Amino acid sequence: MPDAAIPHAGHPSGLTVSAPDHHLAGRSALAHQFDSLEQQREASTLGIWVFLLTEVLFFGGLFVTYLVYRSSYPGAFVAASHELLIWAGGVNTVVLITSSLTMALAVRAAQTGNRRQLVWLLVATMALGTMFLGIKAFEYYTEWVEHHVPGLNYRFEGEYFRTAQIFFSLYFVMTGLHAAHMIVGLGIMAVLLVLSLRGRFTPEYYNPIEAGGLYWHFVDIVWIFLFPLLYLIGRHAH
Amino acid sequence: MGQGGQGGQGGKYGLTDHIVSPRVYFAIYAILLVGTYLTIQIAFFDLGPLNTIAALTIAVLKAVLVVLFFMHVRHSTPLTWAVVAGSVFWLAILLTLTMTDYLTRGWRTYG
Repeated sequence: MPDAAIPHAGHPSGLTVSAPDHHLAGRSALAHQFDSLEQQREASTLGIWVFLLTEVLFFGGLFVTYLVYRSSYPGAFVAASHELLIWAGGVNTVVLITSSLTMALAVRAAQTGNRRQLVWLLVATMALGTMFLGIKAFEYYTEWVEHHVPGLNYRFEGEYFRTAQIFFSLYFVMTGLHAAHMIVGLGIMAVLLVLSLRGRFTPEYYNPIEAGGLYWHFVDIVWIFLFPLLYLIGRHAH
Repeated sequence: MGQGGQGGQGGKYGLTDHIVSPRVYFAIYAILLVGTYLTIQIAFFDLGPLNTIAALTIAVLKAVLVVLFFMHVRHSTPLTWAVVAGSVFWLAILLTLTMTDYLTRGWRTYG
């Protein structure tokens, strides 16, 4: 824990940043291109947010495609949505929200320098992320068995044979892209876990934890929109 | 830059970042769970077009809570706020300009 007497790191003098307290594992917490740790952290946060802006528009393209086709074929979207496992989507929503809580608490553990707590909260976040992917894999398996995969083994009874394929195509692309982001997130968490175990993070320097957390929460937000849009269309109808 | 995080708990940790109480995180978590429950329940009532509007309103509120609290934007610098607002703004352009086309195609009259 840093001594309470350490001068303010963002002090205009800039002298405090070279104090030995800001060195860890033989390297300085402050990269040479920054004036202060605070400026360094702000740059890190801003950089991740600019990346997330591109991600919002990346997923945005799929959401606008969804809107166009849903407004064109509302009946097919209702019929096809009824085939999805509502319990699986609901449980996965709770799992992801819980993983966001453990991630937020992990960032807090890094801020307060509680390494033990940080490690266990990262492990919990990874466990919940893996659980999400497991349930998602079970859903994909069910949809394969029920012949809902366009282009591979597609079958759909009734008048919506053609147009329900559009829904299922969007379902697999949107949830697939989201799952790919989850897998990347788990990779990031694994790296953060190893670095945490090596004691690389302190209350002065935890930017990678904060950045990884921002990415993780973003992936959670995408699912918050995917769940009602894909699983809950016209559920009152049957 | 520099003065962005002022007013934090700088004295204790030597930096000026905000450290949010776990109670706040658990409260946000509880609201997110309630929102999820409401979304599922509302979907089983026939509200006409309001079904989709209700589901999306709850989703937007949940996203705002995640962004403000879990992602710490509440205590972020104005520059970060600008980027967050920018992402929403460009997404709004993408959605509204596309839909003003597709949703009004049925309105056209010839003659």
